[in-house]
Amino acid sequence: MFALADHLLHPEGTALPRDVDANAAAALLARGIACRAPVNGAVYGTLLNDRAALNALGDALHAPPYKAPPQAPVLYLKPRNTLAGHRARVVVPDDALGVEVGVEVGASLGIVIGRTATRLSVERAFDYIAGYTLVADLSVPHASVYRPSVRFRARDGFCVIGPALVAARHVPAPDDLAIKVSLNGREIFAASTASSVRKVAQLLADVTDFMTLGAGDVITLGVPYGSPVAHIGDTATLSIGTWPPLDVSFIDAREQAGEQP
Amino acid sequence: MMRGRVAYAGAIHEAWPDANGVRLADGRVRREDELVWLAPIEVGTIFALGLNYAEHAKELQFTKQEEPLVFLKGPGTVIGHRGVTRRPADVAFMHYECELAVVIGRTAQDVKRENAMRHVAGYMIANDYAIRDYLENYYRPNLRVKNRDGGTVLGPWFVDAADVEDVTQLELRTFVNGTLQQRGNTRDLVTDIPALIEYLSSFMTLAPGDVILTGTPEGIVNVNAGDEVVCEIDGLGRLVNTIASDADFGRV
Repeated sequence: MFALADHLLHPEGTALPRDVDANAAAALLARGIACRAPVNGAVYGTLLNDRAALNALGDALHAPPYKAPPQAPVLYLKPRNTLAGHRARVVVPDDALGVEVGVEVGASLGIVIGRTATRLSVERAFDYIAGYTLVADLSVPHASVYRPSVRFRARDGFCVIGPALVAARHVPAPDDLAIKVSLNGREIFAASTASSVRKVAQLLADVTDFMTLGAGDVITLGVPYGSPVAHIGDTATLSIGTWPPLDVSFIDAREQAGEQP
Repeated sequence: MMRGRVAYAGAIHEAWPDANGVRLADGRVRREDELVWLAPIEVGTIFALGLNYAEHAKELQFTKQEEPLVFLKGPGTVIGHRGVTRRPADVAFMHYECELAVVIGRTAQDVKRENAMRHVAGYMIANDYAIRDYLENYYRPNLRVKNRDGGTVLGPWFVDAADVEDVTQLELRTFVNGTLQQRGNTRDLVTDIPALIEYLSSFMTLAPGDVILTGTPEGIVNVNAGDEVVCEIDGLGRLVNTIASDADFGRV
């Protein structure tokens, strides 16, 4: 099982995560600490779960290569090399022509599983949720969702989680949460979990019909439509309500290697 | 060396082939069917290749690819030798895929092909099931097709790379109820192992325990509840799986 009492966060440089109340979490983060991802289970991303994203595809949903609107949840893996925590510094890649095209910052609600979840009913799904967190589901911008290359979403550091996991009892209405993204301190994007096609419980019921989610696994409710793009030098801040916000900085590959850019 | 991981008498054991069956690390020798077989290693990230044998790509009417068709699988889909995989009652085409599984042994970042094989720890047999009825055209192949509970069978053994003489010349065979249905050879890989490691490590870090399922050759047929599916690869052993019905899994 995976249990969490209040706010679970894992300060960089400490051996174990801390489980503290909201005030203590805020005080820790106010010192400017960086964190590791507060979980290490499997992370699944959900796509096209925002009504606006489906509406934007419009008639294309019925045309090749898609041919029909999606039936099952559209999912993908965020492998372990992608996991990072609060104040992560993420390398922005160049495209094939050497152009920096930026990184799309998909701010998602992360649903953290508390115990083995197989074939859940909608009615009982919430019993299996330990808590929630912010997920910065990063990707290289790509237009087609037919068979996108794994290199768009699976780069090192491309799944930033946290800073904290927030216990489910603090989140009475996960299907009505405001999500915001600021870039360099300026708010540039707002979304809500209320526009999801599948709500939290329905998503868990549909997914666990064919694949078990384990304790400590995370599944996102989905990247909202129209997510902003960050570039080298930017810092994105993701927030949900009064939860501790999640910072991600975007850097040049040479900067990561320790050279002066 | 070949080694497996089995559950027996209340514990999980490392196990080796023995003339009289299977030898556990504590010295006990047991018959293969007395043990519960787990995947031979605890897997990290699982990569799978679509259409990586020329003839199989033709079989599915695909043309030349710009880069390898790689997708990712979660840990929940993995089961071991002699395991059971469910076939939903409402499907018409569920098929096995016999594949060479490559296990990474050393962290790999920006590795060039000439050095790539140094990062390989060893090999396993994989049987990576798919249910084509559930194929949808978003983020193909979608997880309902390729990431189902019990859909990725690994084992029976993990075999050290040093014990495989030439990994580019291994024959793969799949038998359904004793009839040979699928046959191929790793010499026909479209993107070979060094190229896959070079490709993947160019944009992400590979770590020990990561597994690359290198794709399946032509010869896929539908399987039904009750079928026994056996995948063999030269020098790696014989991986057995049985197909079960919804009713076997308490679904009506």
